[in-house]
Amino acid sequence: MAHYWQEIEALTLRWVRRLSREKFSMLFTLVQPMLFWLIFFGNLFQRAADVQVTQAPNYISFLAAGVVVMTVLNNGLAGGVDLLFDKENGFLERLMSAPIHRSSVILSRFIFVMTITSLQVLVILGIAFLFGVHPATGLPGVAMILLIGMLFGVGLTAISMAMAFSVKSHGDFFSVLGFLSLPMIFLSSALVPLTAMPTWMSVLAQFNPMTWAIDAVRPLILTNWSDALPHVGMAIVVMLIFDALCLYGGAKAFRRAMG
Amino acid sequence: MDRTIAIDVNRLCKSYDGHKAVDDLSFQVYAGEIFGLLGPNGAGKSTTLRTLITLLHPTSGTATVLGHDTVREADLVRTLFGYVPQERAIDRFLTGREHLELLGALYHLTKEEAAKRIAELLKLVELEEHADRPAKTYSGGMKRKLDIACGLLPNPKILFLDEPTLGLDVQSRLRIWDYIRMLKARGMTVVMTTNYLDEADQLCDRLAIIDCGKVKTIGSPAELKVALGGDSVSLTIKETARLGALASAIKGQPAIRTVNATATGLDIRVESAEKALPAILEAANKLDCRLDFIDYHRPRLDDVFIAHTGRSLKDAAPAEETT
Repeated sequence: MAHYWQEIEALTLRWVRRLSREKFSMLFTLVQPMLFWLIFFGNLFQRAADVQVTQAPNYISFLAAGVVVMTVLNNGLAGGVDLLFDKENGFLERLMSAPIHRSSVILSRFIFVMTITSLQVLVILGIAFLFGVHPATGLPGVAMILLIGMLFGVGLTAISMAMAFSVKSHGDFFSVLGFLSLPMIFLSSALVPLTAMPTWMSVLAQFNPMTWAIDAVRPLILTNWSDALPHVGMAIVVMLIFDALCLYGGAKAFRRAMG
Repeated sequence: MDRTIAIDVNRLCKSYDGHKAVDDLSFQVYAGEIFGLLGPNGAGKSTTLRTLITLLHPTSGTATVLGHDTVREADLVRTLFGYVPQERAIDRFLTGREHLELLGALYHLTKEEAAKRIAELLKLVELEEHADRPAKTYSGGMKRKLDIACGLLPNPKILFLDEPTLGLDVQSRLRIWDYIRMLKARGMTVVMTTNYLDEADQLCDRLAIIDCGKVKTIGSPAELKVALGGDSVSLTIKETARLGALASAIKGQPAIRTVNATATGLDIRVESAEKALPAILEAANKLDCRLDFIDYHRPRLDDVFIAHTGRSLKDAAPAEETT
């Protein structure tokens, strides 16, 4: 067990070092969601959005939940990229030929992605706060938002890693990534509530785990606990099922790739 | 030499989607020797190596390292060897020292043990001055040295090297060869893949020539050359239409062993050049074959390769897959 922690600590430290040396890319990952989605879109659609439809005091407070979950989505789906590069340049082989637990590399990656995602979610909620979006359920609500985010993120990161281990080239990886992420966003309640969608879209959106996560995060920000709790309960159930499926697929892909 | 068997590969097969990357491959490596797997890209060298480092499960057959099975006892086997993958298996953002520290933790060394060993290794591969610079600033030769230091970090009994000098300049190559010889002098068993004939010839105590997933022949470079029997004469001819006639005229003459037609001439194996050359020239004259070029040489490893695979290593088609 002591060995296990030693491995995970060293491997996680590597991810942190990599990120800290890619300052430019760190800045962009951090700034992109709040700048584009929250500030630009929040203000751009302010007058186009109908308060009757969004059921929120203004569009930016409606959008906040969507941006939080979109950040989880983007971080999660990109979570396997570094492993993909490690696989392609042989670094993964070097790690896996060492006498380490087979799960250490993957676990270190989960820890890293989840930590970065949490920090980003907190930054987004902080920026939203500056724009007058004050979470109605207070700090416990923020903790619950993080929990839901993490539960969603685990499954997404597992999908990303499974892809990293299965694709033939990184071109394939990024094509699939691009193909997945935009429809996931538009076919969810991130930008408009389901009630405002054409029927076929709202039907599809209900099969999107992202919708469930957003529908739980949104009342935590906008209304109160009694309104939020049923959604939170459902979201947790959906996320656990989603995670179980993704982790199962991820483990299979990993075993196939690493013998 | 010690004849203890360090590595035993027995009837190893590995197929991918019906394609046999390794096909009934067997060889043994003795403790303390430098053993080479020589062959063109896609011959099955890397597949064999990846089986030995426990990252591939054979379709059938077995491989053991110091008596331990690479599938059933994979965890144990991983503590026995060091591994130097092909170049680029380096994290550009980490410094040389951080690479070694990472591996130190993965081999479960304490901080003190690791620091001591890292200092020794950095000195050995002459990277002390550059140890705290990110690896993206390293030259190809320096990256290779770091790779080797990483492979040596667990202080292994066996070191696996995958194409250790691929793409290096001449000086760096010679340097790497020196390290490998030094490791052998310290009692380490070294197994390396290469597609350079001179490297196999200079460095390896014994080697296996591998082509199309099979071992074509095994032995020391000297044994393999002697086994060919005799020297080699190659002719390049203007009138290639008369090649067949010339070949049959030469065959059966005294001192001629074998005659093989190539695209532009003949490769002839002879017992002694003094007796064979006049006969060859006479036959050529008689048939009015004008010779473009004639070359006579003692057997080289290249000839061994051609004799066992039917083609030169240079001409061997590079395959689609080298992982």
